[in-house]
Amino acid sequence: MQNIPKELFTPATLNENEAEKISKPSLSFWKDVTTRFKKNKLALVGVVLLILLVLMAIFGPMMNEFDYRTTNLANANKAPSSVHWFGTDELGRDVFTRTWEGARISLFIGLAAAVIDLIIGVLWGGISGYMGGKVDEFMMRVADILYGVPYLLLVILLMVILEQGIGTMILAMTITGWINMARIVRGQVLQLKYQEYVLAAQTLGADVKRIMFKHLIPNSMGPILVTMTLTIPNAIFTESFLSYLGLGVQVPLASWGTMASEGLPAFEYYPWRLFFPATLICITIFAFNVIGDGMRDALDPRLRK
Amino acid sequence: MAKYIMKRLIYMLFSLIMIVTATFFLMQAAPGGPFTSEKDVPPEIEAALNAHYGLDQPLYKQYFNYLYDVARWDFGPSFKYKAMTVNEIINNGFPISLFLGIEAILIAIAFGVVLGVIAALYHNKWQDYSAMIIAVFGISVPSFILATVLQYIFAIKLDIFPVARWESFMHTILPAIALASSPMAFIARLTRSSMLEVLSNDYIKTARAKGLAQGAITVKHTIRNAMLPVVSYMGPLTAGILTGSFVIEKIFGIPGLGDEFVTSITNRDYTVIMGVTVFYSILLLVSVLLVDILYGFIDPRIKLSGAKKGE
Amino acid sequence: MEKLLEVKDLEVSFQTYAGEVKAVRGVNFDLYKGETLAIVGESGSGKSVTSQTIMKLIPMPPGKITNGQILFDGEDLVPKTDKEMEKIRGKDIGMIFQDPMTSLNPTMKVGMQIMEGLIKHQNMSKGNAKDRAIELLRLVGIPSPEKRVNQYPHEFSGGMRQRAMIAIALASSPKLLIADEPTTALDVTIQAQILELMKELQKKLETAIIFITHDLGVVANVADRVAVMYAGKIIETGTVDEIFYNPKHPYTWGLLSSMPSLDSDEKTELMAIPGSPPDLTNPPQGDAFAPRNHYAMKIDFEMEPPMFKVSDTHYAATWLLHPDAPKVDPPEAVKRRMKNFSSEKLRKG
Repeated sequence: MQNIPKELFTPATLNENEAEKISKPSLSFWKDVTTRFKKNKLALVGVVLLILLVLMAIFGPMMNEFDYRTTNLANANKAPSSVHWFGTDELGRDVFTRTWEGARISLFIGLAAAVIDLIIGVLWGGISGYMGGKVDEFMMRVADILYGVPYLLLVILLMVILEQGIGTMILAMTITGWINMARIVRGQVLQLKYQEYVLAAQTLGADVKRIMFKHLIPNSMGPILVTMTLTIPNAIFTESFLSYLGLGVQVPLASWGTMASEGLPAFEYYPWRLFFPATLICITIFAFNVIGDGMRDALDPRLRK
Repeated sequence: MAKYIMKRLIYMLFSLIMIVTATFFLMQAAPGGPFTSEKDVPPEIEAALNAHYGLDQPLYKQYFNYLYDVARWDFGPSFKYKAMTVNEIINNGFPISLFLGIEAILIAIAFGVVLGVIAALYHNKWQDYSAMIIAVFGISVPSFILATVLQYIFAIKLDIFPVARWESFMHTILPAIALASSPMAFIARLTRSSMLEVLSNDYIKTARAKGLAQGAITVKHTIRNAMLPVVSYMGPLTAGILTGSFVIEKIFGIPGLGDEFVTSITNRDYTVIMGVTVFYSILLLVSVLLVDILYGFIDPRIKLSGAKKGE
Repeated sequence: MEKLLEVKDLEVSFQTYAGEVKAVRGVNFDLYKGETLAIVGESGSGKSVTSQTIMKLIPMPPGKITNGQILFDGEDLVPKTDKEMEKIRGKDIGMIFQDPMTSLNPTMKVGMQIMEGLIKHQNMSKGNAKDRAIELLRLVGIPSPEKRVNQYPHEFSGGMRQRAMIAIALASSPKLLIADEPTTALDVTIQAQILELMKELQKKLETAIIFITHDLGVVANVADRVAVMYAGKIIETGTVDEIFYNPKHPYTWGLLSSMPSLDSDEKTELMAIPGSPPDLTNPPQGDAFAPRNHYAMKIDFEMEPPMFKVSDTHYAATWLLHPDAPKVDPPEAVKRRMKNFSSEKLRKG
């Protein structure tokens, strides 16, 4: 054995705090989640696309001198040029402006549907999960029966009998769309309500509303956000689907769905009329999907080491 | 098991009555009557027509008549195609849609599962990434856009497949692919995440500790357990294929039930709308029931009365 | 006694998104035929990783054996491919895991899960394998084995499932059984039964057992020899008597003092070891236990202690055993044990 100086064998002054110090920097929950999200390249691509989309939705329609509704039959079906960047449609309207107007409408519908689903779903699922017992059973039974109605069929039926328009579309989408959110929220609440900090809050005398809003909901934020993010592309898809069936927003409003359905039959001759709205539908759905996936993966506790 | 099926059938009946009722009253709420869009019909003829179709009777009577008729599998006459009944329209269109639908389901399951399994086994390697990118695109591209693109490239430009109509097996391929694309992508992702979840389970470690070969573990332990959520998905899958058929049949000019349904919507042919809606609902409810029964056979933990087998 | 297993300088790391974690940092031990070695330590000490590495069950990314040899019956397992290991796993080495609820495939009959190994390693026909499976179930004390062999895991209780796991692991009469905390998830009474069963089977089959646990009570019950692990290294090893009655490492002292014992009076405090184990992405420079070590000396923060010999069978890695180190008083509970030990020795003469 090497020669070790004797004085090293004196007791070391033990710093108590040193022992308790957790030597890995502790990240707050959300910081950890965002760090992991940022590592997901696909999700970041989605975020970039989304930002571009929103910017264009805001500024796009103002970028040239055309508006979305002025018709000009002499100018109909012109291919993209330096004047009409995306070409014109059969009524001579500028496709570029209409596309970004359509972005506004589609994004609006998607967001509105997601928010309404959120509100109804959170209230329904939160109350059902928290109350438990007979209330829970009843509320979930109702939800199950409603869920049994085929979604798209119901939407179509409603669109047939009600006046066509954005409001009706949102109504039709949210009438059963909230059920998924309600189930997720309920699941979370059921898991969380037996956690100790809830019991602690209850012993301190907090009332139901406070417990719900200060404890249960914030801690369910993860799955709630993921569900919302994935509702939007579904809504956009449904909108385009309905428009294709002729049940979409009314003329002369431009939604991507109506533009696509008008552009479809003319695809062979005037491909740009389908190309732009269709591509944007795909890109938007894609972006929201990868963002939602990225969020879901980032939140997954099993992947955290 | 028999008790379970009985219980489910009763629930189904209940749901169906609700759906028929809802559909009936919804159609009543729609603006205009079935003859409003026709050319000028003199009032006496209109009255005669109304009497003929029983439309002058009080509402509740009409309702019960309809309920009775549906129970006898009579969906009434079409208001637009004067010589045809709704039943005939369904009988003409459904077999075609059924064939297309089953073809699409098979494609979706076969390719979706294979893609998902490969992605999971090569987790985080290039096979995983490419499979998942394909899947995301499958979900992001609505089926009717894909249908148009496929039609354009493979039928019009490359002339490999026929463009439209339903005349030979070759005619079925493009529409089936377009119809299957989104479900296939979904199944791929579902299979993948299910596989990954199973692979993280302890019993896979046990299987390895027994010295079983990797292939045997994958097939006998991993895939078998991973398939459970996929089987559950087959209910929503059927619904998706069904609604997808509306647009696909239209684009490819296929005279299936979906196409008829879309036409009846455009024409506001209310009896057809009601009849097909009820028919579809029955179809979906039955398929969900079948899937649940199938699942009960596959997963030994599930006792079909609704309770899980206890310890 | 013949040596069955020799682990030399084993080092295992994991690549995580937070960096490289050195889970096992130089582990050495031997195992003789037919004996039971207990590996003790808290969570994160590296005991599970060590045992799973012997069977090479650790997924090799993100895990990696960065150094060392595992000599089983003379052959080094480290360079072996997965295919070669498949012949050894389940046949020469068996393993049982902690949680019997999740260790069995829920959709496969229990009998089939036993038969798989038999069909593969012993080339049995299905019929023979089934008979043998029934025999094995009987051997591990499961009643009505002919019925049970066709049942699914969820129809078994927790204790029965663990017995089934033992049947699976011992099906081909392996030379070595690795038991990774097999009783931790079970009730205390069932625990005792399972331990009895294991000891019985060990005698019958002459299997060597590596028993991983954090429960010293279990160690006292089953082990011949003990290795205490901390932060990826073995810090003390010896026979059961030596470890319990004459421990030399402050960590072992801590473990023993935190265990209630029948002869302690009410005034004796149960001591918890303050603090928590170090982060293994950045292993400390000196003795890993130093920050929590009441008896730490300056040198503990500078250099890692080597293994000091206490007897032919007893080694401890602590600077306290260096001739220049001051004499220290171990905690009360430990001192009492040492007294019992020497008086026992005197009595035995």
